[in-house]
Amino acid sequence: MSLRSLYGNIILDHYKNPRNMGELPEADVVVEARNPLCGDELTLYLKLDDNQRLAEVKFTGVGCAISQASASMMTVAVQGLPKEEAEELIQLFKQMVMGEAELDAEAEARLGDLVSLEGVSQLHNRVKCATLAWNALQEGLEEFARGGSRAELVEKAD
Amino acid sequence: MGMSMPMPKGSSELEQAAEQEAAGECSWRRDFPIFNQPYRDGIPLTYLDSAATTQKPQVVIDALSDFYSHTYATVHRGAYELSSQVTDRFDQVRAKLAQFLGAPDERAIVFTRNATEAINLVAYAWGLDNLSPGDNVVLTIMEHHSNIIPWQLMAHYRGIELRYVEIDQQGELKLDQLAELIDEHTRLVGVTHVSNVLGTVNPLPEIGRLVRECSDALILFDGAQAAPHLPVNLTELEFDFYVLSAHKMLGPTGIGALISRSELLEKMQPFNGGGSMIERVELDTATWAELPYKFEAGTPHIAGVIGWGAALDYLTQVGMERVLDHELALTDYALARLSQVPGIRIFGQGQKMRLGVISFELAGIHPHDIATILDHHGVCIRAGHHCAQLLMKFLGVPATSRASFYLYNGRDDVDRLVNALMEAVEIFR
Repeated sequence: MSLRSLYGNIILDHYKNPRNMGELPEADVVVEARNPLCGDELTLYLKLDDNQRLAEVKFTGVGCAISQASASMMTVAVQGLPKEEAEELIQLFKQMVMGEAELDAEAEARLGDLVSLEGVSQLHNRVKCATLAWNALQEGLEEFARGGSRAELVEKAD
Repeated sequence: MGMSMPMPKGSSELEQAAEQEAAGECSWRRDFPIFNQPYRDGIPLTYLDSAATTQKPQVVIDALSDFYSHTYATVHRGAYELSSQVTDRFDQVRAKLAQFLGAPDERAIVFTRNATEAINLVAYAWGLDNLSPGDNVVLTIMEHHSNIIPWQLMAHYRGIELRYVEIDQQGELKLDQLAELIDEHTRLVGVTHVSNVLGTVNPLPEIGRLVRECSDALILFDGAQAAPHLPVNLTELEFDFYVLSAHKMLGPTGIGALISRSELLEKMQPFNGGGSMIERVELDTATWAELPYKFEAGTPHIAGVIGWGAALDYLTQVGMERVLDHELALTDYALARLSQVPGIRIFGQGQKMRLGVISFELAGIHPHDIATILDHHGVCIRAGHHCAQLLMKFLGVPATSRASFYLYNGRDDVDRLVNALMEAVEIFR
């Protein structure tokens, strides 16, 4: 994998112009996630509607291009999705960046721009950067199911 | 076989050396087998993480292998010839280390796992008995976590206060602040000899005198980042504890040392209890072995000590003055070249003396992205907080990139670093 394909236009665009960045005061769940190994920090805000759809997803935080772009693209991808579909997308995305899935045409269509992060699967020490936001989303949905509104996620070393 | 042909080899070797010299390669690099092979996809290894740990010369690798192959046995149980020989070699390394550091008191050289364990030894074996609520320990903002956390643990156990000396714009310790922080309740002052982030060489003679003049506080110097890179002469220093690690100076991991004074160590309780450190054991009590064995419980890392001895021999043969000169020249070159990279900010410039540890940030590019791009070019640097989160906070950055040099690095390494950084700038443009 070449550097230019990892740091391609889509990733750099989301890194430099992150979508849905900012706080969401009316959020149902707020997840504070961090990766102590590299210092990445991310706060994820989730608002669900009455039909358990992700009505609004926003984030704040600091981190590398991979973690920031991944978070930005995720907020776009899951906006409006029913909870179950969001959970399926989380699994699919994680399988992709961990190199555990051969992507067929259907999977690629579901992932859309997120496919640009596939190269991370060849960089073992960057996988956690890509999954931080997604693990935070998973944690947030579980916290919502438990009836809570605040969750914390600290990534562990391998 | 008859006589061999007169060899043109000598001259071609000389030519090769001259070529390498011209390319900015370093002649000592050939002593390190890891550099005699391509790193990845045919590109050379550009190893710029010696502040974390150093590569090993063939002589150290051979010393370990020979020791395990031919003369391995335990130490200090001299019931048979082999063990006596190993014990002699083991204690000869202690003498070598004394010589290397100008440490006058061999009995006060204790082998530990590393510098971290040596500081923990001081914190527990001295601190638990000698610190009480109301006392304080003065540290600096540029300490490695290994010289902070043991004292935070003492704050937990003994209710002491921790005080921190800050740094100025140039990356030097504020010595006037050090003088202000020390009072009659200060029991220990802990200062790193060389910063593992900024490369700053702290003025230990001045700090030692200053502490002695205004207090009875003990002095601990962390030499982990210094002893590998510059000549150390402890006889010229006011100090009570000096610690270092072998793996940062071409030796094996898992071995380090505490250098102290016998009369001080005599008064301290042991750190670890176990075999080798006792004289006589009763049901409820025991008496301690003589120094330094009182602090060396359990079977030590014998091979580690033997390997460290080989590393000390190698460094002595090269000469620490030459090691330092090489590093200072390379650091000057690196600072000049790095300053040409657009958007770079180098932390700690303008110190009176600084070694080849260069921390920097590039505007708009996270250290981990820099590290990934550099790794693609075979350039290994550290990205993160460098076990110095207090300093990161003080500098106002979550993380930095850090390139650090040793005697096997040359100008060609710096050139490859700069070229790779230029590509990072280009990608993120």
